[in-house]
Amino acid sequence: MSTSIENLKTFDPFADTGDDDISQPTNYIHIRIQQRNGRKTLTTVQGLPVEYDQKRILRALKKDFACNGTIVKDDELGEVIQLQGDQRVKVMEFLSTQLNILKKNIKIHGF
Amino acid sequence: MASVDESVTPTAEEQLEFDPTIKKKKKKSKAVSFSRDDLDDAAPQDETQVDELTDMFAGLKKKKKKSTSSAPLEPAEDASAGDAGAEDNVEDFDFGSQKKKKKKKVADVSAFEQQLEEAGVNEEEDAGEDDTFEKPEGEEEGEGEEEEAGWLNSDREYSYEELLHRFFKILRTNNPELAGERGQRYKIPPPSVMREGNKKTIFANLKDISDRMHRPYEHVMQFLFAELGTSGSVDGNSRLVIKGRFQQKQLENVLRRYIMEYVTCKTCKSISTHLAKENRLYFLVCESCGSRRSVSGIKTGFQAHIGKRKKMLG
Repeated sequence: MSTSIENLKTFDPFADTGDDDISQPTNYIHIRIQQRNGRKTLTTVQGLPVEYDQKRILRALKKDFACNGTIVKDDELGEVIQLQGDQRVKVMEFLSTQLNILKKNIKIHGF
Repeated sequence: MASVDESVTPTAEEQLEFDPTIKKKKKKSKAVSFSRDDLDDAAPQDETQVDELTDMFAGLKKKKKKSTSSAPLEPAEDASAGDAGAEDNVEDFDFGSQKKKKKKKVADVSAFEQQLEEAGVNEEEDAGEDDTFEKPEGEEEGEGEEEEAGWLNSDREYSYEELLHRFFKILRTNNPELAGERGQRYKIPPPSVMREGNKKTIFANLKDISDRMHRPYEHVMQFLFAELGTSGSVDGNSRLVIKGRFQQKQLENVLRRYIMEYVTCKTCKSISTHLAKENRLYFLVCESCGSRRSVSGIKTGFQAHIGKRKKMLG
């Protein structure tokens, strides 16, 4: 590094930008949508941090969105919350406001 | 700031010298003759104005004298200022030529107006024009360029806007390819989507689109299925048949996400990239800037069981 040049001292272009480091180790929360028959859909929330009680989250979600839902246990992915209807944006809002999960760690899939 | 400005000025001055002379010649042939011959009442105004202008634009005048031969300068000045007054008469003649020129300089007009207000407040009072539209036109012709030179010479601090305008103007004239828009490179045809029966969607130009993105269509297909949480197949005419009902807009969104994730180079935003697979990891290599970044593989994630419960158990 040629730090003798005055201008280069203030900003190191090769330094890590920071956001890569933070987001890489944390697991994303994936919110997906699946089409069922007709215009019905399912929303799945996968990868919620284990320290949260999924049952309580589900109960809150069900009440907030006025929909039914279950917890599905998957072999690899652990517990996945399943909700009826397209609740993707609402779930995202809930997670970011109520649980203080960063929005960049949430990924919304589907159309 | 100053150093940058100095480095730029030589090229700028060349242009500045070129343009006004051309325009002034035109002006003289048209406007000056009119203002001199037909508008005698405008003449006294002009004279007073010239005096004031000499005071006002002490630095500016010098510059002009340097740039063009000294004699025609005063008339030109008159013309531009008197033009505004004279415009009422000259309108028909000048508009054709002026408007063309004006189009080129539309972006600059606002900046010029600001500068005019700052540098030449007196002119408004002296020239006594009624038309607000005439003034910028007339002065832009004769003095616009000089005005710019005027603020270059003046001691006050250059505002960012002025310098930015100046930079882009110079850049546009010297090498337009750098100032050109970038939007064109990203043109990808919209997905043509039809419904097949009640439950399936046909994505007809998948092949076309994936060719345009330089990606194997299998990869695009995989991504689409993972994102939409469905499955599907490719039919005889290499069209993609997706299970489920999707609209063109929805598929467009998914495709946009695909392009963001797997096609565009994050460094230079170009889409001339290719995917390289190295020991089970995908890397996106940019062909225009040579940067590499790893991209995550396409994962389907959790798939809920839909349909008969018997199937789920079995």
